Amino acid sequence: MTVTVPPSDLAPRLKGLNLNQIPVPNGREEEWRFTPMKRIAKLHELSETESSPIFTISSPELVRIENAMITDFAAADRISAAAALLSSDGKSITIPKEVVLTEPVIVETTSKTDRSVGSLLLNLEKYSKGTFIIDHTGSGAIALAVEVNVAEGADATVISIHDGDRKSVFTGQQAIKLGKDAKVHHVAITLGGDMVRLVTTVEYTAPGGEAVMSGAYFTDAGQHHEHRLFVDHSVPNCRSDVMYKGALQGQDAHSVWIGDVLIRSSAIGTSTYELNRNLILTEGARADSVPNLEIETGEIVGAGHASATGRFDDEQIFYLMSRGVPEVQAKRLVVRGFLADVIFRIPSADLQNRLIKDVENKLGNADPLFAGVFDEQ
Amino acid sequence: MSTLEIKDLKVRVETENGPIDILKGVTLTIKAGETHAIMGPNGSGKSTLAYSIAGHPRYEIVGGSVTLDGADVLEMSVDERAKAGMFLAMQYPVEVPGVSVSNFLRTAVTAIRGEAPKLRDWLKEMKGAMTDLAIDTNFAERNVNEGFSGGERKRHEILQMELLQPKIAILDETDSGLDVDALKIVSDGVNRIRKSSEIGVLLITHAIRLLRQIPVDHVHVFVDGRIVAQGGPELAEQIDANGYEQFTVAVN
Repeated sequence: MTVTVPPSDLAPRLKGLNLNQIPVPNGREEEWRFTPMKRIAKLHELSETESSPIFTISSPELVRIENAMITDFAAADRISAAAALLSSDGKSITIPKEVVLTEPVIVETTSKTDRSVGSLLLNLEKYSKGTFIIDHTGSGAIALAVEVNVAEGADATVISIHDGDRKSVFTGQQAIKLGKDAKVHHVAITLGGDMVRLVTTVEYTAPGGEAVMSGAYFTDAGQHHEHRLFVDHSVPNCRSDVMYKGALQGQDAHSVWIGDVLIRSSAIGTSTYELNRNLILTEGARADSVPNLEIETGEIVGAGHASATGRFDDEQIFYLMSRGVPEVQAKRLVVRGFLADVIFRIPSADLQNRLIKDVENKLGNADPLFAGVFDEQ
Repeated sequence: MSTLEIKDLKVRVETENGPIDILKGVTLTIKAGETHAIMGPNGSGKSTLAYSIAGHPRYEIVGGSVTLDGADVLEMSVDERAKAGMFLAMQYPVEVPGVSVSNFLRTAVTAIRGEAPKLRDWLKEMKGAMTDLAIDTNFAERNVNEGFSGGERKRHEILQMELLQPKIAILDETDSGLDVDALKIVSDGVNRIRKSSEIGVLLITHAIRLLRQIPVDHVHVFVDGRIVAQGGPELAEQIDANGYEQFTVAVN
């Protein structure tokens, strides 16, 4: 029997680095149909003389920092390709072979100019281990291309925080390449901005790779938070595990989560699971959630996905209230806990505390009675 | 000295096939220091009584009254009932992802007492109560009920009862799903609270084994949404020997 594999819907997603071959999208394309194109328009008009965002890098000893451009980038869209090509002040940060960092590398990015493009190349050489925190704030529009190369046996944690002010636009792509038995834990935290649109892609170049992709977003009135993942299983015996959770509140709060996973015919022994949960706190908010699993071989360990969007669980609220906790505080606890589930995966207590505070601030004024309950622990 | 008075309580639930009357007029008084047991077959409405008194939104009160020391419990929100001194140990306590036991307990204690306990005193108090219930202290860092075994869930319920010091506690099927050792730990916990305070306790169960661990003053037999017989501990022994048929036949 001959089995004809139809051409994949997902495979052509990655476009390389030639701007001439990537037209400016009109908004009707599948990958742009959820995006408010006007709000991102100025990043589709990039010229060759764009300014760079300001990078402030603090890193432990042994980490190498150089000026470098990204040259081998499988861009998902024109803006990300442009960010890689036009960046005037790209940085390359390398954790050398077998070096295990105990402190994170922190890259603060901020854009004060109206528009900027930047690129970062994060390298983990063989059997190294370390955490990168990309912490984005500021007011302008920024397109950032990040390439993460995790070599054989290396173990990377990459945390990308998008907490720009309410006028800012953050977009771009973080492209992860995993070598043999390499691991990555990628965490996206999106709280701020007028809009954030992040594409995260995972490629496996050899067997044994493992990608854990976590995300948390809290989308307020008028904000657009879009997270698109594309995990390309092309080699045997690799694993991916995706969990994104979002809370939404207020008029025209809009979140988009797209989870594309492709298991090619060559990727036998693949194990993948993806999950997206959204908690809608008020009327007027909208969460789009599209898991998309394309499987070209039956010889896999497992593949699944789940997506659920709902309001508060009445049983949780009842349980907390039955212990004397007022309804407003019960709801705060549930939202805090819902997002903390992801935030507590970040291996930095300081950062956890800061992000939990940000979440609490978004929830509005707390009853002063409970103000100190969590602080001192 | 507190008194919970339930008078002619009638409760209805909405189902896909229309409303169903579950409680058909329940009258029961529980005073401080007393321990009562409601025994009845599955589906007789015992848990409905417990959840209605706690204020679960699923249950519609269609008649009767519930008062605690004269105050109208049915008019109170769920949290106000807890603050007034009511406590329900649940049969199936729910998971609350991302909320640690420690944060949950401290929030509840703060709500009930009206002020946040000082951290040092609080840690000592919580750890002491956990030790009494043979709960490992790393339990405090786990998420509420997430991945708990049946026994852990029940011990966690009794831990809350110990810390919140209610006036009246209703324990819904607290013995279900417990092995002999876990049942003893939980019963010892309840007995300790009974000894150290003037708490009134209502045990809801369908089997006698809990009542062999926790001595009761009054037994009420519950069938088809009503109390059909009342007596002392000997009534429980009679049910254990002969089952509920003698009562269900009488009702039907």
